[in-house]
Amino acid sequence: MDRREFLGGTAALAGATALPGIAGAQSATELSFFYPVAVGGPITKLIDAYAADFEKANPAVKVKPIYAGTYQETIVKALTAHKSGTPPVTSVLLSTDMFTLIDEEAIVPFDDFVKTEDDKKWLAGFYPGFMENSQTGGKTWGIPFQRSTIVLYWNKELFKEAGLDPEKPPQTWAEHLAFAQKLTKRDASGNVTQWGTQIPSSGFPYWLFQALTTEADAILMSPTGDTTYYDKPGVVEALQYWVDLSQKHKVHPPGIVEWGTTPKDFFEKKVAMIWTTTGNLTNVRTNAKFPFGVAMLPAHKRRGSPTGGGNFYISKKATAAQQQAAFQFIKWMTQPERAAQWSIDTGYVAVSKAAYETAAMKKYVVEFPPAAVARDQLEFAVAELSTHENQRVTKALNDGLQAALTGTKMPQKAMEDAQAEAERILKAYR
Amino acid sequence: MTNRATATIHGWLLLLPAMACLALFTHWPAVASFIESFHSTPKARRPARFIGLDNYQQMLADPIFWKAMSNNLWFALGTIPTSIALALLMAVWVNDRIAGRTLVRMAFFTPTILPMIAVANIWLFFYTPQYGLLEQITGLFGARSTNWLGSQDTALYAITIVAIWKEAGFFMIFYLAALQAIPPSLGEAAAIEGASRWTFFRRIQFPLLMPTTLFVLINAVINAFRMVDHIFVMTRGGPDNATTLLLFYIYQVGFSFWDTAYAATLTCVLLALLALVAFVQYGWLERRTHYQ
Repeated sequence: MDRREFLGGTAALAGATALPGIAGAQSATELSFFYPVAVGGPITKLIDAYAADFEKANPAVKVKPIYAGTYQETIVKALTAHKSGTPPVTSVLLSTDMFTLIDEEAIVPFDDFVKTEDDKKWLAGFYPGFMENSQTGGKTWGIPFQRSTIVLYWNKELFKEAGLDPEKPPQTWAEHLAFAQKLTKRDASGNVTQWGTQIPSSGFPYWLFQALTTEADAILMSPTGDTTYYDKPGVVEALQYWVDLSQKHKVHPPGIVEWGTTPKDFFEKKVAMIWTTTGNLTNVRTNAKFPFGVAMLPAHKRRGSPTGGGNFYISKKATAAQQQAAFQFIKWMTQPERAAQWSIDTGYVAVSKAAYETAAMKKYVVEFPPAAVARDQLEFAVAELSTHENQRVTKALNDGLQAALTGTKMPQKAMEDAQAEAERILKAYR
Repeated sequence: MTNRATATIHGWLLLLPAMACLALFTHWPAVASFIESFHSTPKARRPARFIGLDNYQQMLADPIFWKAMSNNLWFALGTIPTSIALALLMAVWVNDRIAGRTLVRMAFFTPTILPMIAVANIWLFFYTPQYGLLEQITGLFGARSTNWLGSQDTALYAITIVAIWKEAGFFMIFYLAALQAIPPSLGEAAAIEGASRWTFFRRIQFPLLMPTTLFVLINAVINAFRMVDHIFVMTRGGPDNATTLLLFYIYQVGFSFWDTAYAATLTCVLLALLALVAFVQYGWLERRTHYQ
């Protein structure tokens, strides 16, 4: 090989790697797809199988699914790729990252792709509760995929031991506290051997806190994502209840409760009731060696839980052909049968009403009624906390919550500080 | 003359690959960060513009930065002397002819070869209240249950201990190598003179190990400022920033908040700090370490 050949070859190689989209477009449209894994189970295997099935039905498209870590790692990778010029064509990211993605001009709305009657029917089919974090300014920016709500799991055996009806979960905050008092066991020297209830507070305490604020009939942010209400009375009341559970009534473990070990605490019978995602349903079903129940969260002024989880987004920097292919793929992935199977395999809530009307889902709900709880709760669900500069505004709240829960700040003060910080960041967006 | 020129060119050519890498991956990012720290963060609709020292002023007024800084100093103070002392102790111990020497060496070295994320996950369960390993042991003595990672008073200590556990085995290897490089004749001479074990260590082994100690110290300082992996798994900087270290905060600002200019500013501070430490260590300490 002489030098000219060598240089020519190198240039061609560089061209091919730098522009995979264009090079691939001549034969098949290549669809790179980033996704995170946030719950237990063989998620990567399931996704690979979906991609292969889609390719069979659409030979003109090649799907390249790429597992990208946790939600946090996935958005870091997707945004870094966006900034360097070659982002994944589609990715599953937190629904709450919508404003951040819009501000970075990283995504396009779905409205331009929805053309036929069939498409419109598909878009209208999703639960409105899930669409609250997917739409803003009259446009749809994300399509619900792996979505969840918070539910209460309770140990029926421990309920019976404590003289409670094992089939009746607490319906109100007052009952939740009263039950927790009966379920808390202490040894002779006063050390707690079994806690009544547990709401995790590591990592993303704001999410579980939002269940409490919703029940106290307070909302945390405006739908436009440019104002927060962290210091409103209902919010402070909700935090006071949470803090009181551990500091005043001593029925909830003190300090910060780890999100990751909460299901394990439940399996070890160290706690009788836990608040966690419905995404843990399959995990709890497999590992709990006692009869357990799943219930909607207890109500205060109303019932409620935030929604959570991830949406599909389409990259702005992809070619028109790629965007169109991504739209086809997303539509295919969220068809009722597939959404139903995804829900059965993982524990996530199926995203449309039609999915719950499929034969497979009907059969599953009859066999395993807890699977329907999260769906029924959707009626009371609200949008998850999501604003411009979402991570930073959320951290302000998280820090305040942790300060109150560890006893370094009073709830009122903690929420005032958090609000002041959020105000400082969000001022620029109004 | 031409010969010399050719030799010079050859020399530089040989250096070129390494220099290019060094410039590309070390010097250029540092310079770029420095330049970026005087600009605002570019947004899609608003390109970066020069803002002078605004980022530095913001930093001085940022309570989380100061918290991260003081946390990091305590973390360094907690990890560096302890892990070095432990490493030395372990090395001297496994250097002797004790029974099961290989096994003990391996046991001490194991934490080093485990991936940090795995280590953090294991320790997460050690620290779990009520049924975690630590609680089970303290429970035997009737101690009250403690939420090690979930309380502001203990979280940073808990993190520090994991780092020491991980580091000490690594430093031990250097000490072990250095100990074995000490000529056995010195030990024999000491034995003939009737020196005690302690005198031998204090007057012969320890002074001869000083260059190794300097090397280990430099590594320990760098590690103290760059150890973040286990924080992601164990506390994510919580509760309320009690375990936020400088590098973790830089990551958070850069990749969670996408405030790249402010992250660059924080990076410059970290770089300056490390440069200062290196200057002290190489410029002053090194001259005093060699045993004469």
